[in-house]
Amino acid sequence: MKYEYVIIGNSAAAAGCIEGIRETDKKGSIAVISDEKYHIYSRPLISYKLKGDVTEKQMAYRPADFYKANNVDTMLGKRAVSVDSKSKFVKLESGEKIEYEKLLLATGSKPFVPPMEGLDTVKNKFSFMKMDDVKDIEKVVKKGAKVLIVGAGLIGLKAAEALEHYDCDMTVIDLADRILPSILDKKTSEIMQKHIEDHGLKFILGTSTKKFDKNKAVLTNGTEISFDILITAVGVRPNTELAESAGAKVERGILTDKKQACKGVKNIWAAGDCTVSDDITTGTAHIIAIMPNAHEQGLVAGRNMAGSKAVFDHAFPMNAIGFFGLHIITAGAYTGDCYEENDGENVKQLFSKDNKLNGFILMGDKIKRAGIYTALIREQTDLTTVDYQLLCEAPQLAAFAHEKRYEILSKGA
Amino acid sequence: MKKVYVNEERCLGCHLCEYYCAFANSGEQEMFKAFKLGKNPAPRIQVEDGKGINFAVQCRHCDDPLCMKNCIAGAISKVDGVVKIDPQKCVGCYTCVLSCPYGCIVPGKDGHSATKCELCTANSGTPQCVQNCINGAIVFEDRGEQA
Repeated sequence: MKYEYVIIGNSAAAAGCIEGIRETDKKGSIAVISDEKYHIYSRPLISYKLKGDVTEKQMAYRPADFYKANNVDTMLGKRAVSVDSKSKFVKLESGEKIEYEKLLLATGSKPFVPPMEGLDTVKNKFSFMKMDDVKDIEKVVKKGAKVLIVGAGLIGLKAAEALEHYDCDMTVIDLADRILPSILDKKTSEIMQKHIEDHGLKFILGTSTKKFDKNKAVLTNGTEISFDILITAVGVRPNTELAESAGAKVERGILTDKKQACKGVKNIWAAGDCTVSDDITTGTAHIIAIMPNAHEQGLVAGRNMAGSKAVFDHAFPMNAIGFFGLHIITAGAYTGDCYEENDGENVKQLFSKDNKLNGFILMGDKIKRAGIYTALIREQTDLTTVDYQLLCEAPQLAAFAHEKRYEILSKGA
Repeated sequence: MKKVYVNEERCLGCHLCEYYCAFANSGEQEMFKAFKLGKNPAPRIQVEDGKGINFAVQCRHCDDPLCMKNCIAGAISKVDGVVKIDPQKCVGCYTCVLSCPYGCIVPGKDGHSATKCELCTANSGTPQCVQNCINGAIVFEDRGEQA
């Protein structure tokens, strides 16, 4: 079989790519290959499914007719095992060869489970990344079950929030000395930890597991914890094997140029959690595994694959998430001068450097109109051209010069 | 297509548009009931009171909506030029609040779904902020923008 465009992966970056291609090329054949058998769904919504807030149908990231409307052939439940970039084909596990003119690697990431002694003796152990994980957990979870979660990051805590609806007795452990270290600083992390503890969760921080024995864990500090269900959410690793097989340049993730074209090979692009981005707030290259990034990179890749010109040159981390009703919105890097408001639950921290907003942490009531701050980072706005004092007090368009505001209010992005 | 535009020279900052917006989206028949019976609905239009200036802001129904592109649930779509949130799909993560450069997406009162101006397409069909602005500071007109 041969296609003009082949996309490996079926999440946000794939959707963006399809949308980007179809903006200009309405006819070129497109195939999506994914080892998951499901219609395109939102991965972060698995916690909402476990909680019972959404059904599998409501998790659809794009409408039910998405593939049909965009004239896309799907090969779902099929695993791609290698890419031959010279002869331009993808080899599937079944032995089938899918030829391509242009290929997108949107292979995402996989859970990283560090080697832990005795882990193989644990029966009910799960990761928490995809649809099948939540379905597997649903099969075994019972009201009041004892749950041990290893990892106090976004994934582990979203799993915990969902399982609270089963009245589970939960303990979360992490090697780090605080929760959500990837998005919160020490102060805000403590506020969130207390908020979550008020909902009955127990944290054991600065500790890791020494060994497992069936339904018992022994921690490095000697504590023994028994559990019915173990969830490991220590971290993720990019899926780069296909890129490597194709001869693409891979470091911590797949390396691309600003058009999302892979380095070291031709006719192959990459987007999403498997790729490395240049973070405009730190000046460093790293994996920014967030959905908006994945969609935008996929869109840019798709546009370029179809012959249009597009670049993705404003990557930075940003997250909007809530736990047990306390919302946080964060972006960028937390370095530079800090403007702070903090009443113990509603927090605003704005970090500016070289007359630019470089990052922020907003919590509780302070999340309102956060996007005005995000735009200052995205557009690298010179803060001397706006009333920054007014912006610190509250995100508002009144802080912009009249001309700029007129442009905004009379149009839009 | 027709969009809502504001004229800050005419705005007195009376905030009536906020009341009418919240009322129109409250499902109540009388305004006092919407505000005094505990619901206290959130307006989707916001009046800014700056240094000597006032103006209302609501969704610009962007050509390339960042809220829609960034939505993790696929809950935001653009239909006939109107950017809409499907409350059945929205999980209230507020990635749209994080994304909107104009601060026009409002966290829902229920703490779950986000809300925004949908040009009153789901209620009266005529933007109530425009209808009830006594100073003509908010208008609904076609300035040649594409749907």
